[in-house]
Amino acid sequence: MSIKLENINYIYSPDNAFRKHALKDINLVIEQGEFVGIIGHTGSGKSTLIQHFNGLLKPTSGYMYYDNSNIFDGHYHLKRLREKVGLVFQYPEHQLFETTVQKDVCFGPKNQGLDEQECMERAGEALKLVGLKEKYWKKSPFELSGGQKRRAAIAGVLAMQPEVLILDEPTAGLDPRGKNDILNQIQKLHQELRITIILVSHSMEDVAKYAGRLIVMNQGRIFFDDTPRNIFRRHEELEAIGLAAPQVTYIMAELRKKGFDVSADAMSVEEAKKEILAFLGKDA
Amino acid sequence: MIRDITIGQFYPANSIIHKLDPRVKLFGTIAFIFMIFTIKNVGGYVLTAIALASVIKLSKIPVKYMLKGLKTILFILIFTAVLNIFYTPGTILFEYKFIRITEEGIATAVKMAVRLVFLIMGSSVMTLTTTPNHLTDGLERSLSPLKRIKIPVHEISMMMSIALRFIPILLEETDKIMKAQQARGADFETGNVFRRAKSLIPILIPLVISSFRRANDLAMAMEARCYHGGEGRTKMKPLKYYRYDYIAYLIIFLYIAGSIILNHFAPL
Repeated sequence: MSIKLENINYIYSPDNAFRKHALKDINLVIEQGEFVGIIGHTGSGKSTLIQHFNGLLKPTSGYMYYDNSNIFDGHYHLKRLREKVGLVFQYPEHQLFETTVQKDVCFGPKNQGLDEQECMERAGEALKLVGLKEKYWKKSPFELSGGQKRRAAIAGVLAMQPEVLILDEPTAGLDPRGKNDILNQIQKLHQELRITIILVSHSMEDVAKYAGRLIVMNQGRIFFDDTPRNIFRRHEELEAIGLAAPQVTYIMAELRKKGFDVSADAMSVEEAKKEILAFLGKDA
Repeated sequence: MIRDITIGQFYPANSIIHKLDPRVKLFGTIAFIFMIFTIKNVGGYVLTAIALASVIKLSKIPVKYMLKGLKTILFILIFTAVLNIFYTPGTILFEYKFIRITEEGIATAVKMAVRLVFLIMGSSVMTLTTTPNHLTDGLERSLSPLKRIKIPVHEISMMMSIALRFIPILLEETDKIMKAQQARGADFETGNVFRRAKSLIPILIPLVISSFRRANDLAMAMEARCYHGGEGRTKMKPLKYYRYDYIAYLIIFLYIAGSIILNHFAPL
């Protein structure tokens, strides 16, 4: 169930002063089961890119294939594609509209044509997956806290049981605890249900911790496409486009410069701790 | 699709029309609208068309972009034209059962359609070439004599500018919500009228909620910066007339005079 983009270009308002060439010659293959992080500046084309994955935007030129079929050949059923490729937008809680959380989560399955019973089952499963307790299910979504609303909204996409789940900054505006909870749930989905995850984020730390592959976008182009570790080794280049490696990577690099024999590519505090303790000759 | 609505949006360009004082543009637009509805003969239409075309040409706004704005009023245009064709009494051209088309009907329909097009294009030239801030300033200054009779001119123009400013924001928001619901399998294009109307609920509810949220945020942000209405408020860039503004006034008066003369003396 791979996603494949071939020479994709996307231009907003091509024939007036608001023209913006948002994506330039994007070539990309994402295989089933990957956990891909997408990172880049505001306006680098991340959000435009992910809207191609489920056919919400039609490229100005180029081809987009899902599972080896061209999704814009005119016969492809885009609604079916959107069931398979779930997209959670930024601030997804702004799209809640139903009278109860459960009903709102049912919106997706209902559009898939499932009956009441199945919808409810799917909704229940999805709400459990995002860790929203049963006592909230019958409440109005507008009574929930920010983090809970976010979970309910993510459940709304999960209830469609997608093969690929794309999340656009799912932790924006949440406190550190809510943020970790959500990211851990997403990791669980990836590990347990083998869903392909595409995570758009601003935080290098988050991407380093969870993603196996990282795509760095800059001015509408793919700047890097590699494992996070390989990319963070080239942190000078990242800085040149206004991004940075995780802070702990810098600490390790500084330590190395000062003559401590530690590996400089630790990406998380845990890894750094292990490295430093090993250097000091102590057990982790 | 939804982004095609251009009414009330600003189009950035470097043109003489953009540079004009907003008071000139306001006056010009009002004069233009007034003259449109006093046109009596073909000469008047030709003069108005020439005036409008020259202003559009000078404003450097792509004609395509202007015409796109007309698309949104196409329905109203057709609706009024149809009503006029069938319901104007006069010399009968064609009759079949209850359908009756008259000569006068066709003439009125064409006239009204042309006037509507002029009206929309004329007023959109103003909003397209004037930033909302400028427009409010212009309005406030032009209406300032009304302050004497206790009309809250500043507040009214502030509300108007906020309303204008929010049109593109709300359009963007609508687009976003539509996409998000489409990602959940929503379908806005198929089905009968009732199904389609029902399919709007998942868009309208979040949209209303977000409008309230935005209004609340804006009020808060304004208050945090000590906004307290027009009393004693000064301008960072006070409006000032330049030479080209006076020339523009002169041209507007010439246009008005030309229209009046044509209305009374043109043969056609």
